[in-house]
Amino acid sequence: MTITQFNIASASWFRPELALTAGILLLFLLDVLVRKQSRYRVAVLTVAALACVGVAAALLAFQPVESRAMFNGMIASDPFATFWKWLFLGAAALTVLIAARSDEFPSPRIGVFYALLLSVVLGMFLMATSLDLLMLYLAIEMVSLPSYAIAGYKPGDRRAAEASLKYVIYGGVASGIMLFGLSYIYGLVGSTNLTALGVRLESLAAPASAGGQLGLRVALMVAVIFVLCGIGYKIAAVPWHMWCPDVYEGAPTPFVAFLSVGPKAAGFALAVRVFYSFLASGGGPEGFARGLADVPWPAVVGVLSAVTMTLGNLSALHQNNLKRLLAYSSISHAGYALMGLAAASQLGVQSVMIYMLVYLVMNLGAFLAVIAIAQATGSETIADCNGLSRRHPLLAVTFAVFLFSLTGLPPLAGFVGKWYLFVAVLSHYAGDGGAWYVTLAVIAALNTAISLYYYVRIIRAMFIEAPAGELVVRPRVSYQIMLGTFSAALLLFGVWWNPLIEWTQASLTFLTRG
Amino acid sequence: MPHLTLSHFLVVSALLFGFGVLAVVTRRNAVAVLMGIELILNAANLNLVAFGRYVAGGISGQVFGLFVIVLAAAEAAVGLAIILAIYQMVRNIDTSQATTLKE
Repeated sequence: MTITQFNIASASWFRPELALTAGILLLFLLDVLVRKQSRYRVAVLTVAALACVGVAAALLAFQPVESRAMFNGMIASDPFATFWKWLFLGAAALTVLIAARSDEFPSPRIGVFYALLLSVVLGMFLMATSLDLLMLYLAIEMVSLPSYAIAGYKPGDRRAAEASLKYVIYGGVASGIMLFGLSYIYGLVGSTNLTALGVRLESLAAPASAGGQLGLRVALMVAVIFVLCGIGYKIAAVPWHMWCPDVYEGAPTPFVAFLSVGPKAAGFALAVRVFYSFLASGGGPEGFARGLADVPWPAVVGVLSAVTMTLGNLSALHQNNLKRLLAYSSISHAGYALMGLAAASQLGVQSVMIYMLVYLVMNLGAFLAVIAIAQATGSETIADCNGLSRRHPLLAVTFAVFLFSLTGLPPLAGFVGKWYLFVAVLSHYAGDGGAWYVTLAVIAALNTAISLYYYVRIIRAMFIEAPAGELVVRPRVSYQIMLGTFSAALLLFGVWWNPLIEWTQASLTFLTRG
Repeated sequence: MPHLTLSHFLVVSALLFGFGVLAVVTRRNAVAVLMGIELILNAANLNLVAFGRYVAGGISGQVFGLFVIVLAAAEAAVGLAIILAIYQMVRNIDTSQATTLKE
């Protein structure tokens, strides 16, 4: 592993991010310059946004994959980060394609939306690569600040404005509390570098030095809990999930689709890096299990996981608004993915990566179906799905595929994702605290059964209920193509998941120690 | 005049943090809530600079603090813009009135 000290030398490993930065500035400029009629304007700006994502992807593809710390150890370039960057770029490109044909972004405002969206993507890149407390905090804020603005993007819409107000208040408090925790960690260790933190915290947490220092251990515990608060807010884990349903209901749907996969995945990337570098008092995923300040952190994450999935699913049961229902469903999916972190092993990290990849496709697909339905009916409740199978069979069948995949039924890719999470947790059944891991798996299995109920409610409305009135549902052609492609991908990777395994296996190397 | 030690700074910052959280939880005026968030950020800033001076040495604590000051300004700008948008719509910035979104 190499540490590139000089900033100019580091910059050559930073090209995708530089391309995104240039693209963001270009989009702001284009937004001012292109002042023709609306369709032309949308087309130009969409092509520019896609080109920017494409250039970043090309630069990422040509960047040699090796582990190194850059900019004096501020950020990392490693296969693990590269995996997440591909995932973020994919989510961004699909969101641009969805937003281009959506009614929720009027043409005068679409350029700024693309620019803000790419700023969020840049922030997510930094979240997945940060190796320093300062960088980590800046990256989270870089994702949050444009998100607050986009959440309230619909002009004159009271619900959107309210959503963004709740978002900015919850987000500001969560990141403030996280920063306060980070400041204590800095004080306890005397360094902001994650790699140095891992080493120093290990000696702090060693029984010899921590013998009589109860205060020290309490301070450390409080600090870590405060940091967990910031991360939990980003992935919408209980008890930091309150913003999620309101923001999802009020914000523009194409952005909600992105919000439910992108920043959540970035939150998990950050969580893996933080847990396995400085909470892992021994280095590497296995060290995480030994606990810091005598707190079994994997057990804490396991409890969070169980509570998150249960609460998310139970709240989803009685929702009638599709966006709110999918919001609670996304909370429960964060709970499932936390199982992989609680497993505290290589396999656990790999299962989180597989799950986030599959979840990206199925959740974007589900939101796309909601957008298509809302464009025809003007609202987004379960009743709007009534008789959809007779009005537009393709839309109904693909929506059903996404919902079954979210439940985790074979032969869809959602099953593969969940399967690996269960394997990661259950591989501990013979070890220390095996009974707890089995309990977690049982809770997750019960939750899968509960989630089937509310997903099937939508499917029942689509296939059994009679359509109310004569309403023509004709989704945009680009939406039909995307719906078809997404469900084909879910079917394909549901039976042939080797590529997913190989890719995530190859991406498991990441920097924990400098 | 008594000598200032690290604990003085830590007590002040803990108090600031407590006041910030209290303001966020109890105030209904959205601007007052934003001010509470600023108090939390400033408490963290005081910690960072004090730890930088007494524990870590070097300038990394102060640099961290500078970045946080800039971010706090950015966050306040976005927050106030959102509050202004709401005020123009409903002539009110009481957070307990923002209840259009629920099941």
